[in-house]
Amino acid sequence: MYSPTVLDHFKNPRNVGEIAEADGVGEVGNPVCGDMINVYLKVKDDVIEDIKFKTFGCGAAIAVSSMLTELAKGKTLDEAMKITNKDVAEALEGLPKNKLHCSNLGADALHAAIKNYRDRQAQKAVPGEAEKVPHIPEKVDACYCPYCDMENKGQAEFCVSCGADLPHEH
Amino acid sequence: MDAVYFDNYAATPLHPRVKEAMHRIVDEVFGNPSSDHRFGQAAAEALDTARKQTANLINAEPEEIVFTSGGTESVNHAIKGVAFSQREKGRHIITTNIEHKSVLNCLRTLRLLDYHITSLDVDEYGLVDPAAVEKAITDQTVLITIQLANNEIGTLQPIADIAKIARHKKVVFHTDAVAAAGIIPIDVKALDVDLLSLAANQFNGPNGVGALYVKRGTPIWPLLEGGVQENRKRAGTENVVGIVGLGVAAEMAWLESHERLEKFRTLRRKLIDGLNARIPHLKFNGHPTQVLPHLVSVSVEFIEGEGLMLLLDEEGICVATRSACASGSLRASHVLIGTGMDFALAQGTLLITLGRDNTEAEVDRLLEVMPRVVQTLRDMSPIYQKNVAA
Repeated sequence: MYSPTVLDHFKNPRNVGEIAEADGVGEVGNPVCGDMINVYLKVKDDVIEDIKFKTFGCGAAIAVSSMLTELAKGKTLDEAMKITNKDVAEALEGLPKNKLHCSNLGADALHAAIKNYRDRQAQKAVPGEAEKVPHIPEKVDACYCPYCDMENKGQAEFCVSCGADLPHEH
Repeated sequence: MDAVYFDNYAATPLHPRVKEAMHRIVDEVFGNPSSDHRFGQAAAEALDTARKQTANLINAEPEEIVFTSGGTESVNHAIKGVAFSQREKGRHIITTNIEHKSVLNCLRTLRLLDYHITSLDVDEYGLVDPAAVEKAITDQTVLITIQLANNEIGTLQPIADIAKIARHKKVVFHTDAVAAAGIIPIDVKALDVDLLSLAANQFNGPNGVGALYVKRGTPIWPLLEGGVQENRKRAGTENVVGIVGLGVAAEMAWLESHERLEKFRTLRRKLIDGLNARIPHLKFNGHPTQVLPHLVSVSVEFIEGEGLMLLLDEEGICVATRSACASGSLRASHVLIGTGMDFALAQGTLLITLGRDNTEAEVDRLLEVMPRVVQTLRDMSPIYQKNVAA
């Protein structure tokens, strides 16, 4: 089900933990919707000198967090802001279709941590307080079934064409 | 070291006698049971034997057994079959909030066809109140479908009490007994149900074969239509090899019932006590006594179940999880939510199901490995330290 790269990052996650005196912290998601990723940054001269994560979530969410920290480490903040969820999924050699939402949290957590750092620099945020992004499901008018591509109403519980459950988390 | 298999709800290893019987049929019998010549009759005889063996497991009459492609087909047949047959009488069906997906999705389809469904709440243990069932019955009610044992938390419903109400009100009653049949003794005459679903892969028979018990006189439309097989109730040339496997598995479950139950109870006790002693912040789900003897549902706080399942697999221990991420539908288990559990805790739920081949040494191995694996994931979890510190 998972690519070897995903399994490797899940079983041997890189950069797990917290940074005690972090310069920026991003918290995305919450345990209720299944995944929560916290990213901690140490920044020096506008470069991500150290990055760590803590994650509550499935194998994919943990692998995404691990890969994300590898991609971001050593990058300038501007470069790191350009890392997308798609970049993370690609670096992992793909995620199962129903797990793509896990990768959506990854880059968002990194971007939240960078925003938190910049806000602290601009004295818009207090050190010790994280940038929190709860990831409330979006209200949309229409969505497409990920299994048969049929258009459905925004909050439909299941696809009218093939009957598949339609997830609305993230 | 061999891998340890604790996912006997998903499938069970074939009993050696089942394997033997299936091999023999593969080698010797290829005929179509509907053919009147000797090749066909050899197959028909094999079906007859399997029908008697399967009927005996649940104290039914052989002609009340309809062979199917498994639990899901049995459930589909029971629900849609009665609904279609009784469409002129009424279009109201009663169920509970914690049924198997096959029940839920059948009822979803019937809703689209203008049937009305009453889905009853259960208590924290997953029990439905028979009085609530009685109250929900209207003159439009044509079917009550309630599982005998819940497949995620193991809770046993008061099926005999509900059947009594259904009989009194003249409403057809189906019980999905897939998680229970072949595990605990079942007597359809004592329960007095009209329809009962079971599947061979729960009790050391093959995947993809099951049966529907249809009490004589129960109004039911065929699900699969065509020829006159299975007493006109299920068309299509029978899966003779699979059905022979089901028959022998049923016979062995009956013969070994006592020793299997003893083993399940001992191992389950050891498992629950051992986990409780070694890992803090666990919650065991399901009714404390009215529960399947081979199933342990445990919610591990602060972590998510799929990761736990994968790390245990890495250690050679195979269990199942009911976390949303692993479910394919990405929703938290409707069963756990139905018992009032909060979403975050439901995410960390493991399902450990024992089988006749499991040993005490295997339980010891799980008890040795699981605390370490849980700690690894808790150390990675952003909500662990916060909560433990508080």
